[in-house]
Amino acid sequence: MSQENKKERKGISRRDMIAGLVSIPVLGAIGYGLYLQNKDKINRTSGLLKNVKPIIPQGIPPLVDGSEIRIGIVGCGGRGEYLMKALGFVHPAKNDEWTERSKTDKYWLEYLTEYLGQENMNVKVTAICDIFEKNAKRAIATGANIFRNGINGKMDALPERFLTYKELVASPDVDAIIIATPDHLHVPVVLEAAKHGKHVYCEKPLSWTVEETFEVRKVVKDTGIIFQLGHQGRQTESYQVARSLIQQDVIGKISLIEVCTNRNDPNGAWVYDIDPEANENTIDWKQFIGPAPWHDFSLERFFRWRCWWDYSTGLSGDLFTHEFDAINQILDLGIPHSAMASGGIYFYKDGRTVPDVLNMAFEYPKRDLTLLYSATLSSEKNRGKAIMGHDAWLELDETLTVNLDPRSTRYKAEIESGILEPHKPIFSYVPGQDKIDAITTPTEKYFAGRGLLFTYRDGKAVDTTHLHLREWLNCIRLNDGTQPSCDIDQSFEEAITAHMGTISYHEGRRVNWDDVNEVIY
Amino acid sequence: MAPNSLKTDKFGLQISAQIMEYSKSEVLALVLLRMAIGWHFFYEGMVKVLNPLWTSKAYLMDSGGFLKEFFIWLAQNSTLQSAADVLNAWGLTLIGFSLIIGLFSRYAALAGMALLGLYYLSHPAFPGIEYLFPSDGSYFIINKTLVELFALYVIFTFPTDHLIGLERFWKKNLKQ
Repeated sequence: MSQENKKERKGISRRDMIAGLVSIPVLGAIGYGLYLQNKDKINRTSGLLKNVKPIIPQGIPPLVDGSEIRIGIVGCGGRGEYLMKALGFVHPAKNDEWTERSKTDKYWLEYLTEYLGQENMNVKVTAICDIFEKNAKRAIATGANIFRNGINGKMDALPERFLTYKELVASPDVDAIIIATPDHLHVPVVLEAAKHGKHVYCEKPLSWTVEETFEVRKVVKDTGIIFQLGHQGRQTESYQVARSLIQQDVIGKISLIEVCTNRNDPNGAWVYDIDPEANENTIDWKQFIGPAPWHDFSLERFFRWRCWWDYSTGLSGDLFTHEFDAINQILDLGIPHSAMASGGIYFYKDGRTVPDVLNMAFEYPKRDLTLLYSATLSSEKNRGKAIMGHDAWLELDETLTVNLDPRSTRYKAEIESGILEPHKPIFSYVPGQDKIDAITTPTEKYFAGRGLLFTYRDGKAVDTTHLHLREWLNCIRLNDGTQPSCDIDQSFEEAITAHMGTISYHEGRRVNWDDVNEVIY
Repeated sequence: MAPNSLKTDKFGLQISAQIMEYSKSEVLALVLLRMAIGWHFFYEGMVKVLNPLWTSKAYLMDSGGFLKEFFIWLAQNSTLQSAADVLNAWGLTLIGFSLIIGLFSRYAALAGMALLGLYYLSHPAFPGIEYLFPSDGSYFIINKTLVELFALYVIFTFPTDHLIGLERFWKKNLKQ
């Protein structure tokens, strides 16, 4: 030690030592806190993640090369218009409206950007059919807007308007059909299209009656067309992740699944606006009735057709099918052994015939589980999908959360030793993330399950309907027998299950399915 | 409090060079504040550093206010987001450490103010903005983040490292 250093040392008094170092013990106290906190957490996250390898969807599947596909649209109302948007076509006035709104409103800017950023799917709308004049005219202008322009922009040739779906389907300028009619007209259009060898994308549910469900399955299979049912939930990432987790037995033996519908506004209860331009001269009423029992012209029935069994499949066909298809794609449930339903028209006493409250229990004795559906159109209390296993339960929406069951057998040792906390989420998945997260902080526990409402692929918001249509178009172009995810077999299971619930509601009895002879009894 | 001398520190970086003379009670108040903020920063930072799975992504995705897009963009860019996580965790830790041991704590106070400023900008307590993560109280513009930011401004303006902290030895060395 040099002379100088010694001098410096002398300059530091005891008082200096204390004042200079008084804060050091504080670090010790914090260190102890960290030790306690960290011991807990590292224990809690290790072990579980190691053995679970979830399948996470990777990005948007590329478009398959091929020639332009010429599309005919049957049914150009609200849903038809939405499907055209998902294909890349919006009415030029709508384009202008969104552009105008996006100047001041970020939501619309995002909406417009998402739409304009949608990949061109190399399709053309060559034909449209709607029995309401106004919808038909709008659809013609929409289909011509191939360059995604406003009113004064460049348009392509106008799609041809057909007055009946039969003429449209027979047109040599149409390769594939999109169906967005009321439920009672789905199958007649699919049958006609299949007979002409035209591929079909049909809105859900598949069918309106049990008999036609068998017929449509046979005809679609015999003709070999590419068929996709419009359950765009097939493209929801969290369902695909849930499937892989369950296959790895993360939640144990499943005994009960609960799915729900909770809406509480007139629109959600199918009380849609009646267009002032609509009347007997602008609507082809006879075609609307189709296979349904005759009823005199009614604007209410035309616009709010979902409220009458004459055209609709009620809560079971309209909304339960979304839930069923989600669960069916995760668990391959298939058609249940039996169905029991009850409910009534308890809130919307507006002359409708379909119930606004419906509860259904579907039994799967071969799988040792019950699928429960509970719906109301007059409460928005959020009840997500819950898949209840002996070791954990899985809550599912856009996001996915796995909650540990305190009485789990599989995780008993971990719970007893304090490694796992019962009742708390152990995994969460948020769309767009490339991994399943172990939940480790209170903030994460809070965010888990609430979700950040984005539907992502590659971190970009993507419309699931666009992805669902893309899958259908890809199968058409592949032309090697590949069927889309919601093919006719999946659709058949969806429709029969929904019909069993509806029959049980009507007849007030347990309805069974004979899976050998394929009979509802 | 009264300045007894005016000089810049050895790095020439110090913005205000007034070395204050405090009463005992003033020293106690200032050091308690410095330690408390240091404790908070250091613990928050270490918890993140020690947790390999920690990420700010969900917090950033939940951003609001006029810089919302920027923070969401940051959260969605995986490279920038990882960088933000590392800088945040180690930033908090080092700032906290500096405030506790009493060395360079004026710089730490500035850096801490910058970090808190970013937190505030991503989750400003403006009326009409709702966050998924609920706030722990009722705030209008001023929230605890902003109060802590202003508290760090006090730490910056009234340094105490030379009285209670490792800087005391440093100062002694310089005097020798």
